[in-house]
Amino acid sequence: MNESPAYFDEMLQPDGGPRGPYAQYYDWLRKEEPGRLLEKSAEAEALFRLTGITFNVYGDPSEAERLIPFDVIPRIIAGREWVKVTKGIEQRVRALNAFLHDIYHRQEIVRAGRVPAHMIARNAAFLPQMIGVTPPGGIYTHIVGTDLVRTGPDEFFVLEDNARTPSGVSYMLENRETMLHMFPELFSKVKVQSVSQYPRSLRRSLSACAPQACEGRPTVAVLTPGIYNSAYYEHAFLADQMGAELVEGHDLRVVNGRVAMRTTEGYKPIDVLYRRIDDDYIDPLNFNPDSMLGVPGIMDVYRAGGITLANAPGTGIADDKAIYSYMPEIIEFYTGEKAILNNVPTHRCSEPEALKYVLDNLADLVVKEVHGSGGYGMLVGPAASKAELATFRAKLAANPDHYIAQPTLALSTVPILTDAGLAPRHVDLRPYVLVSPDRIEITPGGLTRVALTEGSLVVNSSQGGGTKDTWVLEE
Amino acid sequence: MLGKTAGGLFWMFRYLERSENTARMIDAGLRISLTRSSAAESEWTSILHATGLQAGYLQRYSTYTGDQVIDYLLRDETNPGSVRAVVEAARNDARLVRTALTREVWEAVNECYMVLKDALAHPISDRDLPRILQMIRQRSAFVRGALHGTMLRNEMYDFARIGTFFERADNTARILDVKYYILLPSVMHVGTPTDNVQWETILRATSAVRAYQTLHDGEVDPKSIAKFLMLDRRLPRSLAFCYGKIQDNLGYLETDYGVRHPCHDLAARICKRFATYDVDAIFDYGLHEFISDFLKDSAALGQQIEIDYRFIE
Repeated sequence: MNESPAYFDEMLQPDGGPRGPYAQYYDWLRKEEPGRLLEKSAEAEALFRLTGITFNVYGDPSEAERLIPFDVIPRIIAGREWVKVTKGIEQRVRALNAFLHDIYHRQEIVRAGRVPAHMIARNAAFLPQMIGVTPPGGIYTHIVGTDLVRTGPDEFFVLEDNARTPSGVSYMLENRETMLHMFPELFSKVKVQSVSQYPRSLRRSLSACAPQACEGRPTVAVLTPGIYNSAYYEHAFLADQMGAELVEGHDLRVVNGRVAMRTTEGYKPIDVLYRRIDDDYIDPLNFNPDSMLGVPGIMDVYRAGGITLANAPGTGIADDKAIYSYMPEIIEFYTGEKAILNNVPTHRCSEPEALKYVLDNLADLVVKEVHGSGGYGMLVGPAASKAELATFRAKLAANPDHYIAQPTLALSTVPILTDAGLAPRHVDLRPYVLVSPDRIEITPGGLTRVALTEGSLVVNSSQGGGTKDTWVLEE
Repeated sequence: MLGKTAGGLFWMFRYLERSENTARMIDAGLRISLTRSSAAESEWTSILHATGLQAGYLQRYSTYTGDQVIDYLLRDETNPGSVRAVVEAARNDARLVRTALTREVWEAVNECYMVLKDALAHPISDRDLPRILQMIRQRSAFVRGALHGTMLRNEMYDFARIGTFFERADNTARILDVKYYILLPSVMHVGTPTDNVQWETILRATSAVRAYQTLHDGEVDPKSIAKFLMLDRRLPRSLAFCYGKIQDNLGYLETDYGVRHPCHDLAARICKRFATYDVDAIFDYGLHEFISDFLKDSAALGQQIEIDYRFIE
């Protein structure tokens, strides 16, 4: 390992010995034949193909079905490290829900001058249709994926709050299944907290937010855009694991003031819809009229208390990258506490001074589109060519409102298995959070994404990232 | 369950059954072309007719040679009914109804797709053909095995089974329809080599050669072949057997849902015909007419099931 010591490696100390949480695993790893591990890697790939955990790459028809590369070396987090992280996430998620309720009601935070009015009113993610609407159970973000990065032993930063429809949880679950299948002996040596309860918790959590109109046991369904969507596997997987129906827009219609699905016995009402379709597409009558994916009139049923939508429409206003920069204020405003987890310092390019700073220091910064996702339309200054920097300089000057910039963080590394042995690669972490009226549940671990290219900081699966199983140890 | 899911299961198992039947028909044609090259062209012609794909084929080719027909039926990209295409359609339906399948059934159909996609990616040489035909039948059997071994006996299973038997009966009837004339006593030339070969194709295409011989002491006569393939309830590819199963499975749906639909009456009417007609009565009525009536009723039943169980809006 000759990685620059500027990066914190989660497995190995600078002297080459394992860090605490990895001690038992490392002991096992040292005795493993590297050849056997590589065989296991190939075995894992075959398993993923058979299971059909594939991923569609937009704009690449030649590779309609691709696997997200899986690395067999787990990422390990100590139980006590995790406790602190969960406290921070819980605080943040509470604040997000309070913020959403406030934004769609009295807007106290704007009145108090903590968030500028134009950040809300002129934001495309703000849905006027949600003004004055309180979702069943008071919950806006039933499912949250809080993206974290680590820079040191006790330094975690929140990179993004995914409050719309965070994806990837099926990988968290399948990665663990695969590891259990391939290395059963390992799990008897190292005590890892289970993740397999997630689908049951999701079902319970969704059912707990059933609407007024629900009679008896809530009927839960997952709404997917269909089999050609990049995350279809996950939609089917979650519906299957929850014992819920997997529906598309054309299976649904509004019948007697309820959203109902066409069954073999006629139309039956749905109580809770876990929709994996963006706000814009859920209702052609209320939003994008060209959408073929949604259900005409579903918003009217929703506003009348006839169905629960998870997540609620309009939550995008809370995970917008421009709003992100206000999160420390938002947390303090609603919880009265300082944020437990750090925010990455963020320059809002809409502000002239910030823009000047960003343009002057472009080569050192990461620039992101405010409304972008999936690592598209992003500039990593230190890794960019002169031409790329020039292109972005022009984009920033033309539309400063569309961008934010952040310092390049020294993201932690975890080794991956390569043909030449272990090699450190940068990682991030997306824990999955379930919010219901009576509790917030955070599955121990989450999805670790890893930038497979040496030195790369981009972990998105659409940009050559892979995944690892994430272990939180029992205390 | 969703109407769409019921339809997806029905079609998934129809497609899988079809892939298997096509492989059987090619196998039968291959056998003839190897043993009697003079009969080969008419044999490939009738096989294409039995698959119902001759119109598309004639847009591609003007002659009926074994290589062309085999390539067209197995892997031609312009043929929506090729084994490659129907296996892909089956797998797409499986993805659509993933939540209704056990992991074992899904993995069996996904592996069927992956293995056959590779196997059919390039033209098939004569040497590989028998192995690949066997592989097609075997992969379909794996899915069926997973279905039997792991699925709950509920409505989902019923729709899967109805699709299977619907396609199978259709296939047997179409083979009989294409070949009916050689089974007619009036044009029969007993003992001529051509006739033996022709009968053998029919039995081979329905995997019934050995069963027929066992039950008929090696005696081959056209009327008993017709009887065997239409009326014998012991043969899993006979019309009577398949329709008995369709009626059973529709009956379970009727019990589970507590609703009798028009499709139940339609199926009962078709079944009744197999119970009341004996083979002499069928020949008196006209074999071709009997099979044509059956194919017409069967198509109507398919549409009625689709309506009654709301496969589509």
